[in-house]
Amino acid sequence: MTDVAVLLKQVPDTNAKIMVSGGRVDEGAVNKWSMSPFDEYALEAALSLGGSITAITCGPDRAKKMLTDAAAVGASNLLHVQVNDLTTLDSNQLSTILAAAVGRTGASVVFCGKQAADTNSGSTGPGVAEKMGAACVTMVSELTGDSSEFMALRPATDGMERISVSAPCVLSFDKMAAELRRPNVKGIMMAKKKAIESITVEDLGVDIGSSSVSMDGQSPPPEKPAGQKFEGADSVSTVVSKLRDEAKVI
Amino acid sequence: MVTVIAEISGDSLHPVTAQLVGAVGGGVTVVCPGGIGANDAASLAGVDQVIAVEGDCFSSFDGGAWASALAPHCSGRVITASTPRGREIAARMGASRGVAVVQDVTEMDGNSVSRPIYSGKAMESLTLSDDVILTLRPNTFAAAGGGGSAGVNTVNQSADVATSVKEAIAKASERLDVADANVIIAGGRGMGSIENWGELEKVADKLGAAVGASRAVVDEWGLSHSIQVGQTGKTVNPSLYIAVGISGAIQHLAGMRSSKYIVAINKDSDAPIFGVADYGIVATWEEALPALSDALSNL
Ligand SMILES: Cc1cc2nc3c(=O)[nH]c(=O)nc-3n(C[C@H](O)[C@H](O)[C@H](O)COP(=O)(O)OP(=O)(O)OC[C@H]3O[C@@H](n4cnc5c(N)ncnc54)[C@H](O)[C@@H]3O)c2cc1C
Ligand SMILES: Nc1ncnc2c1ncn2[C@@H]1O[C@H](COP(=O)(O)O)[C@@H](O)[C@H]1O
Repeated sequence: MTDVAVLLKQVPDTNAKIMVSGGRVDEGAVNKWSMSPFDEYALEAALSLGGSITAITCGPDRAKKMLTDAAAVGASNLLHVQVNDLTTLDSNQLSTILAAAVGRTGASVVFCGKQAADTNSGSTGPGVAEKMGAACVTMVSELTGDSSEFMALRPATDGMERISVSAPCVLSFDKMAAELRRPNVKGIMMAKKKAIESITVEDLGVDIGSSSVSMDGQSPPPEKPAGQKFEGADSVSTVVSKLRDEAKVI
Repeated sequence: MVTVIAEISGDSLHPVTAQLVGAVGGGVTVVCPGGIGANDAASLAGVDQVIAVEGDCFSSFDGGAWASALAPHCSGRVITASTPRGREIAARMGASRGVAVVQDVTEMDGNSVSRPIYSGKAMESLTLSDDVILTLRPNTFAAAGGGGSAGVNTVNQSADVATSVKEAIAKASERLDVADANVIIAGGRGMGSIENWGELEKVADKLGAAVGASRAVVDEWGLSHSIQVGQTGKTVNPSLYIAVGISGAIQHLAGMRSSKYIVAINKDSDAPIFGVADYGIVATWEEALPALSDALSNL
């Protein structure tokens, strides 16, 4: 049985409105925070292996709630690396921190989401793998095997392919066919009592250097001009002409 | 100094490579993994030099191996396509160089770039230091033209491969992938049932379009997840996206709102999809799809 470290990020719920004020996304206006959707699949994949799982998050204090949620479905150990504003870290710094946090758990198998719902990047899995000197398979949608050899299904340029990989490795997960398990009452009660180890970046003893990018600001998406609306199927031919003559896309 | 890592598809250069070169303009070195597409890359306007990196490690995709074999031939800013492979190579290279990787850039002006965040619900602008690695969103930057005549320098490079392909599974259908398509017609729960899906496919064939779907129908009708558009599906960026019987939930919009033109066909005139549609048609698909088919025949 292997020990797996699962990287989980707390993000605004996908239903939450994202408001911008003063050139920054206003986190105070987010009404609900959730585990990033693909991370739920990473956690599910780890749980179905049946070994000991350490759930790791890097973020502000509010993210501890998500670790408790992970414990409620079965994560055995919870590790929180305190960083109040994640937007101050670039991808390289974050990968350095998370790889060090993984190192602290002793796990040589790491599961994470294919991309976080806020950054939409997909940089962290391969980045952590690079820092660990580990193999990486991204966008995994099915997993079998155990630590001595995993078989992971991922997209190929023409279809899908099954890849074999063994520890040390990082797997980043896409949506899977598996149903996500939901916590039961007992799980929720136990999770409330579970200790969260909360540490700082300094505690990890790594040098993250300075960021190689600076954020100038965040803004609402560009406004689209209001569209034209037509009633009834009779308008279809008009729209098709417009697609040809105005939009020039067909 | 800018290095573009070519996107390859099978034995040839993927057209997005010309967009990466076009986004930079000139003075570009193109590095071709496995040497694939090197001659085509050399003929792109703005390319100074092509490095064809050959080696056993390129026979299947291993992001770590590819990044380590390509890295010695990449100098200055490195740009790849924001495709699954491009993103993984970029992420690996950033971490090994110890610099940031900025993924899925949609606007670039020297050291200033912007990219969508929160699935397009906001944008972020960044200033980069010189050696940062970027991936650019496909179908966003104008492609470089032909007419170039750069020299091709072939090198051999080995790297440790840590993964191996055990089984290749061909695509279930021969249909175009939504991620590559210039025109997409997507259906949702409003299509009623899986039995009606063929009606959508017929129109897709007429348009030469890929077929997409909302998560509701992927989950409920057992369609392939590879055609799902949205937050937990694919992010698509076609010239034309036609949504049929899709309500326009925020998670669906996350995957298609940056399409150049959006047509919505929905019987409910209050459906949120009309909020992002350039051309909205309030009608049932039962009436609208045959009309669409006829109108296309009459073009
Ligand atoms: C974490 C998370 C991730 C998600 N990820 C995704 C994702 O990636 N992609 C995605 O699509 N969804 C996603 N969803 C689901 C999303 O919230 C919606 O439930 C889903 O998009 C609804 O699909 P739909 O529009 O097909 O169905 P519905 O919302 O049921 O809409 C059906 C529409 O069809 C119209 N209609 C009915 N009959 C007809 C007719 N005869 N002719 C024309 N129109 C008709 C109706 O007016 C209605 O607007 C996600 C949800 C969550 C919580
Ligand atoms: N701050 C974080 N703490 C823990 N895991 C993270 C964090 N950021 C990203 N990850 C993991 O890395 C994945 C990809 O994130 P990203 O590279 O930001 O798209 C996420 O789905 C998480 O699994």
